[in-house]
Amino acid sequence: MQLTINGKNHEVDVDPETPLLWVLRDEVGLTGTKFGCGIAMCGACTVHVNGQPRRSCSLPVKLVDGDITTIEGIGTPDAMNAVQEAWVENQVAQCGFCQSGQIMTAAALLSMNPEPSDDDIDRAMSGNICRCGTYPRIRAAVHAAAAKMRGA
Amino acid sequence: MGKILRRTFLIGSAAVGGGVAIGYWQVTKPYPNPLKSRLKDGETALTPYVIVAKDGVTIVAPRSEMGQGVRTTLAALVAEELDVDLNAIKVINGPASKAYYNSMLMEEAAGQAATDVSAGAERMRNATKVIAKIMGSQATGGSTAIPDAFERMRSAGAAARIVLTKAAAKSLGVSASELTTENGMVIAADGTSIAYTELAGEAANIKPPSNPPLREKSKWRYLGKSLDRLDMVEKCTGTAEYAIDVRLPDMAYATVRVNCHLGAGVKSYDASKAKARADVKKVVPVKNGLAVVSTNTWNAFQAVQDLEIEWEPAPYPVNDADIVASHRAAFDDKPDSQKRKDGDVEAVLAEGDIIETEYLVPYLAHATMEPMNAVAHLRDGKLDLWVGTQSPTRCLDVAKDLTGLDEDDIDIHTMYLGGGFGRRGEIDFVAQAIEVAKAMEGTPIKLVWSREEDMCHDMYRPLTLARFRGAIRDGKPAAFDMHVAASAAAIDAFERQGMNLNMADPTITQNAWDNPYKIDNYRVTGYRAKKALPVGFWRSVGASQNAFFQECATDELANAANADPLQFRLDMLDHEPSRKVLEAVAEMSGWGGALPEGRARGIAYYLSFGVPVAEVIEIVDTGAGLKVDKAFVAADVGLALDPRNIEAQLQSGVIYGLTAAIQGAITIEDGVVKQKNFNEYDAMRMYQAPSIDVRILENGPHITGVGEPGLPPAAPALANAIFALSGKRIRELPLNNSIAFI
Ligand code: FES
Ligand code: FES
Repeated sequence: MQLTINGKNHEVDVDPETPLLWVLRDEVGLTGTKFGCGIAMCGACTVHVNGQPRRSCSLPVKLVDGDITTIEGIGTPDAMNAVQEAWVENQVAQCGFCQSGQIMTAAALLSMNPEPSDDDIDRAMSGNICRCGTYPRIRAAVHAAAAKMRGA
Repeated sequence: MGKILRRTFLIGSAAVGGGVAIGYWQVTKPYPNPLKSRLKDGETALTPYVIVAKDGVTIVAPRSEMGQGVRTTLAALVAEELDVDLNAIKVINGPASKAYYNSMLMEEAAGQAATDVSAGAERMRNATKVIAKIMGSQATGGSTAIPDAFERMRSAGAAARIVLTKAAAKSLGVSASELTTENGMVIAADGTSIAYTELAGEAANIKPPSNPPLREKSKWRYLGKSLDRLDMVEKCTGTAEYAIDVRLPDMAYATVRVNCHLGAGVKSYDASKAKARADVKKVVPVKNGLAVVSTNTWNAFQAVQDLEIEWEPAPYPVNDADIVASHRAAFDDKPDSQKRKDGDVEAVLAEGDIIETEYLVPYLAHATMEPMNAVAHLRDGKLDLWVGTQSPTRCLDVAKDLTGLDEDDIDIHTMYLGGGFGRRGEIDFVAQAIEVAKAMEGTPIKLVWSREEDMCHDMYRPLTLARFRGAIRDGKPAAFDMHVAASAAAIDAFERQGMNLNMADPTITQNAWDNPYKIDNYRVTGYRAKKALPVGFWRSVGASQNAFFQECATDELANAANADPLQFRLDMLDHEPSRKVLEAVAEMSGWGGALPEGRARGIAYYLSFGVPVAEVIEIVDTGAGLKVDKAFVAADVGLALDPRNIEAQLQSGVIYGLTAAIQGAITIEDGVVKQKNFNEYDAMRMYQAPSIDVRILENGPHITGVGEPGLPPAAPALANAIFALSGKRIRELPLNNSIAFI
């Protein structure tokens, strides 16, 4: 099966029912996308398919119908994306395990809504659990990233 | 020597069950530097915390980074004295070793009241450090990392700097007193400078001083300031490596199914269906269950469901009602402890006109974001283990026990932890990974639990019952009598480590008995309930439920006295740091000020892990349910090393505490934990989370850690706010069993 992940083509040989999450993590070796629940309840596994946020733990790889972007694809430690920069400036992460998913969800939100209100942020981000309770800083970082991306 | 030996055993009879003969020399002598045997060519370990090599300086921060920012603060302690740029060095967790024992681990068990700073109490605290050293446990928990490291790691940095200065003196042929250090360099009076990295060879032969002088606080460059966390960029780019992310050539993937009747075994099983799958490499029996080894995690998750297993029955009552009843029965037994007995509670209560209440809190799961997992590779008489653990030395113990290997042939790689909260001090999942690696010698094994396995196989926060009686006389509190029944979390946890503590369980009335409220007649009694579900250390441990009991009961007394809940508390406190946090939180929250219809505030105060914390919660009735709108936190940490990180920890504690208060419950049906995943055991989410204002005070006498103390006041502050809003007194958690939230 052919997949386009972060702009690169990958050939994978798996059971087509396998959720995209495990293809990314175990087969392709992109471990930035995390496993938290496996039932689309926590958001740790969020990636973009054609720019839309998807729960990769509950998306059989055979149903993937477009280009996949993972946390590794939106920025790197030396060249972070604006959302990642805002996250670092606001010192958001604690254990960090949820943060790939949080950042991917926030990035998708901001690409569709460059100036989200608190309510918009609540609506977009409430599918992502953070057991460390970093919500106050996530909220601040989403606003900061929005401002950054608007060039404010 | 005889004296010390005796004292060691006096306190240690509980702690060191094995009864090794320990002489004075052994107690005072440092553990060998564990880095020495692991150094690569050209590296020098100046102390167990500092490695210098040609290509750079490395600091060992030997506490587990589970979100609390400890790696950064520990590195800063060393860097402050060593004179290196925190961002130009490498920081590692280091090997598992007794040398990194946590000196604070036994302080709580010794039972000095938090507010007691008398010479005797301080002596006892110091004595517990000796016990902790003998136990040699490299553990992260109990909000101890900072107080444990505060002198120790600065000393390590200072000793290393002295060694490097001496080495430079030697190579320059000048006296060390003419040299200064700055930014990873030794600098001579004439301006000549030598980088630390050039001195590795010379320094190797110089013995570090044991009590180097430490810098004045006024000279600090890193400490006391908010630092950018060293793990932040990694964690925001998906490049931080957790155990679950470890990948090795030819690795196989495993998962387990363990009996959901916790503690019971396997009666029989049929693995033929699983074994018939093309992807299954092996089925391996592990303690109380089976593991399946496959080609990827998903396949392993599927394959393990193909096992047909007949389970042994649950060794405890199989439903909640019976478990609660067995806890209630504990009140009829003799007390496990009665650490507070001021005045004559019975005499006052016998007069009648009393307040009598009962509180109940359920079992709670830790539900760390990263499910339990470990990677083990056994080959050629060597074991490597990659694990997110709060206790590397315990992993070392279990690895030795299971493989029979020498300590030197085992390498524990402590990875980032995707949450700990006490759960990762346990080693059940580590033992499983080793068992499978043994059965598949030569093949690296990654063993990952499903969320369902994780939720149903925890060592839970104990279900706890409390009975309270109190009395008001002339508008003042006259009697406070708290009885708490729970199963013994500390005794159970130590028993799982093979240590039998023949003592009262310190967690049952943790931080309740030494609450600084002055009431003439005050009694706190603990009862040990019969074991049901396995219980253990859950963030803030006994304080999480005892704060709920104490602070709800206090609110009930204040109400009976027609007093303002804040003033009522202040009137009982002569402990200055505690008064100050209450005054601060009142000011921050506008306590006493008018609120619009449908809004109310509640207050709570609790002193746990040496940190007095006061919180105000403001709620609003949205019409569709209550929302926690604002939280205000004032905490006295004694000395704040990194204010922005402390703020994060306090906020984190509030959200973890509110999650539990509003909706957290692990319940039992047919002997099995009913909640399997986040759909049944949810966490607070963004739209439910309040704004959280934090103020950090520094009036207390000791430096403290704040991973836990922000949590306990959250539940009672919320319950008290609900009372203020609706007049409804909810005495059972979770609150959403009694009232709707959004
Ligand atoms: S792992 Fe996919 S939503 Fe939790
Ligand atoms: S940072 Fe730990 S779960 Fe979000």
